Amino acid sequence: MSVAPPLLAVEGLTKSYGGIHAVRGVSFSLRSGEILALIGPNGAGKSTCFDMLNGQNQPDTGRVCLLGEETTGKKPRDIWRMGVGRTFQITATFATMTVRENVQVALISHGKQLYNLWGSAPNVDCAEAGRLLELVGMGGYADRPCGELAYGDLKRLELAIALANQPKLLLMDEPTAGMAPRERVELMRLTAQIAKEKSIGVLFTEHDMDVVFEHADRIIVLNRGTLIAEGSPAEVRGNPQVQAIYLGEGLLYEGGHHEGASA
Amino acid sequence: MAFYVVQFLTGLASAASLFLVASGLSIIFGVTRIVNFAHGAFYMIGAYIAFTLTERFSGAFGFWGGVVAAALAVALIGVLVEMVLLRRIYHAPELFQLLGTFGLTLIVEDLVVLIWGPDDLVGRRAPGFKGAVDFFGQNIPSYDLFLIVLGPVVLGILWLLFQRTRWGVLVRAATQDRDMVAALGVNQKWLFTSVFAVGVFLAALGGALQIPRDAVHHAMDLRIIVEVFVVVVIGGLGSIVGAFVAAVLVSELNAFGILIFPKISIILVFLVMAVVLIVRPWGLFGKPEAAARKTPGLSVNPWRPLTSNERLGSLAALVIAAMLPLFAGNYALTVGSEIAIFVIFAISLHFLMSVGGLASFGHAAYFGLGAYGVAFLAKMAGLPMIVCLLLGPLLGCMGAAVFGFFAVQLSGVYFAMLTLAFAQIVWSIAFQWVSVTGGDNGILGVWPASWAASPSHFYWLALGVAALVTIALRIAVFSPFGYALRATRDSVLRSEAVGINAKRIQWTAFVIAGTTAGIGGALFAYLKGSVFPDNLGISLSVDALVMVLLGGVETVSGGVVGAIVYKALNIWLVSQTDLSKLVLGGFIVLIVVVFPKGIVGMLEILAQRRRKSSPPGSSLLAKPIESAE
Repeated sequence: MSVAPPLLAVEGLTKSYGGIHAVRGVSFSLRSGEILALIGPNGAGKSTCFDMLNGQNQPDTGRVCLLGEETTGKKPRDIWRMGVGRTFQITATFATMTVRENVQVALISHGKQLYNLWGSAPNVDCAEAGRLLELVGMGGYADRPCGELAYGDLKRLELAIALANQPKLLLMDEPTAGMAPRERVELMRLTAQIAKEKSIGVLFTEHDMDVVFEHADRIIVLNRGTLIAEGSPAEVRGNPQVQAIYLGEGLLYEGGHHEGASA
Repeated sequence: MAFYVVQFLTGLASAASLFLVASGLSIIFGVTRIVNFAHGAFYMIGAYIAFTLTERFSGAFGFWGGVVAAALAVALIGVLVEMVLLRRIYHAPELFQLLGTFGLTLIVEDLVVLIWGPDDLVGRRAPGFKGAVDFFGQNIPSYDLFLIVLGPVVLGILWLLFQRTRWGVLVRAATQDRDMVAALGVNQKWLFTSVFAVGVFLAALGGALQIPRDAVHHAMDLRIIVEVFVVVVIGGLGSIVGAFVAAVLVSELNAFGILIFPKISIILVFLVMAVVLIVRPWGLFGKPEAAARKTPGLSVNPWRPLTSNERLGSLAALVIAAMLPLFAGNYALTVGSEIAIFVIFAISLHFLMSVGGLASFGHAAYFGLGAYGVAFLAKMAGLPMIVCLLLGPLLGCMGAAVFGFFAVQLSGVYFAMLTLAFAQIVWSIAFQWVSVTGGDNGILGVWPASWAASPSHFYWLALGVAALVTIALRIAVFSPFGYALRATRDSVLRSEAVGINAKRIQWTAFVIAGTTAGIGGALFAYLKGSVFPDNLGISLSVDALVMVLLGGVETVSGGVVGAIVYKALNIWLVSQTDLSKLVLGGFIVLIVVVFPKGIVGMLEILAQRRRKSSPPGSSLLAKPIESAE
């Protein structure tokens, strides 16, 4: 086996709750630097799938490997230590701390300084935190309390936190939910740019088809817990099955997207 | 064999009252999300009023009528309390509600003594249930059999009430999502009031029904509330069935525990509780609490280390404090030493509460363990003072390590209740294990070595240690560990997602706080020359909470100011009045309602207002409370 393992390999992931099969035999893989969108109608099993990738939930059968190393059964914090950054559908940040401190916490954890009782935390990784904030366009907000931020800025901050451990893989659950249309485009453009520069693999779920079709390199479609389509945006867009069950009858996306049309 | 059956039946009979009180607490919590600390007080008032009524009116009607009338009267008091006090604090953080109802409990304890006197009152036997039933040569009081039947009957009535009435449907709906019920046009105020009345009625009925079994006395509130907390923690807050099963379990453990560990039977209950919490952190029948909706109006100033001017100012204050022996007498110096020791105690809890968001309601356990540690070393091993001072706090450290491990598995009110239960367990060990701890007589003759014996020397020692501890904890707040701890307080989800083992961080903080409290306790033992179970009692734990809240829980060093003001006030108050609990309770209620941000919090707000000078102060004081309807 001389072939290097893919960044993320998901094999036969299955999860049921009682008699309901939330996810059935889902398999896919993801390369470094690739942006993969996971889409599907409500109740398709996206969130269940996602939670099994980041350790929040454990699959009944199947496995998840990061660069050949199995992550199934590991806790979220251990998966993070393996190089997986994540953002949440509803942002989770440290509300009483400043924006910079939020990033510093992640850096402190990355540097294994969590139990250091004597160091001066305000100075720890201060420059690095500033650099990450600059990267996501939040440099001017570093000393603001995080609780005062607008929602779109919180999403950016989450991205900066997620980048703190120099991740190989980013998991983003509905990264643009609750944002204004222009912010969505900006955030995803930024994410895509960072991912390409640093060769980070990105897996994201998303409801906004404009965002999906513009930024994803590849799309996988879930319906009722099973993977029903996979391919480039053009292929998925043209897939009649996807159009029928996901986009609904009579809604056709032919070429290009309509920026801001839905606003 | 017959003996064990009788023991079992006695346990079942004790479960009835416990179930009534616990179900009331559970119902109130389910709907209003208030952990009603005053529930034990209502139980006690129920018993006292029932005593008076049943003494006054004779006959079967007099007795049973008196019991029911007492419960109804207390329910009415409950309605008043709900309308006057609780309605103002529904939107405050849950800690304040627990503290507010605790203040109420203190007030009631003094009032009860004022009205009924300090002596135990032995009530009448229940008409129709005066005799005993013979069971293979063992006697079972027939009243016990009545109680055994009563428990399931009340459970059935409550079940019907919740399943079959419109009110019950509303209560169940509000237990799931009270905001949605309000949005659907239900008058939430009256729903809350009625629920509170029912809960209080059950507590008072539980108390009233106890009078044929037990003497009525003015400490029965704390005894029952600790048991009730254990019951609801095991059964699951908000679950009536859970309350019933757990009440039976706890009562049986008590009944049989006495046979196994006659001295420290409470250990058994504690072990069961620990196992339940590890296996099912939300109790046997409880559900994981849904994430609370965000507390409105919560705004926190970013914390920063002191500027060099502020450091100089603190140093100057310390120097001035150190000059006290130059002009003060011995009494003032002793008071000064005590205040310095309480500064240590308060900031240890403050560290846990403000930085870690973990409100321990039993922090005195570790203070007292430090004191006992010193007493053991000094009296039994005969070690010199300096060694005792260094090693004594390790007992607090070990206690915090063991109890903290379990406590950090929970959060919020469960954490508070569990820490309280642990402290109560430590207290009963100190109280009951007479051969080692001396029981109520304590351990006497823990005198400081000659180098620290004079009041001024001891004062300098206490002041110096307090200053060192304050500095060390401040450094810890601004250390990487402090950041990690704040992170776990703000969002466990996010902490875990950036590789932080939140529970281990919190456990570490708990041990640090416990050890620091132990240092305070060690000094306290030498200051008083003796150690008593009260050194780890509930009232001391509450002192610490009040000091922290008075100083301001959202500040870095509010504990220092809170301790100085509160302790000075307290010492002065005790010298002035016999009703110190009454005044103290009133004071606590006042803080909760009027000054939720504490002294240092207020000062910060004023300073900020002066700096900015433009924005109006609408968001400053008590926003969460103003927004309550």
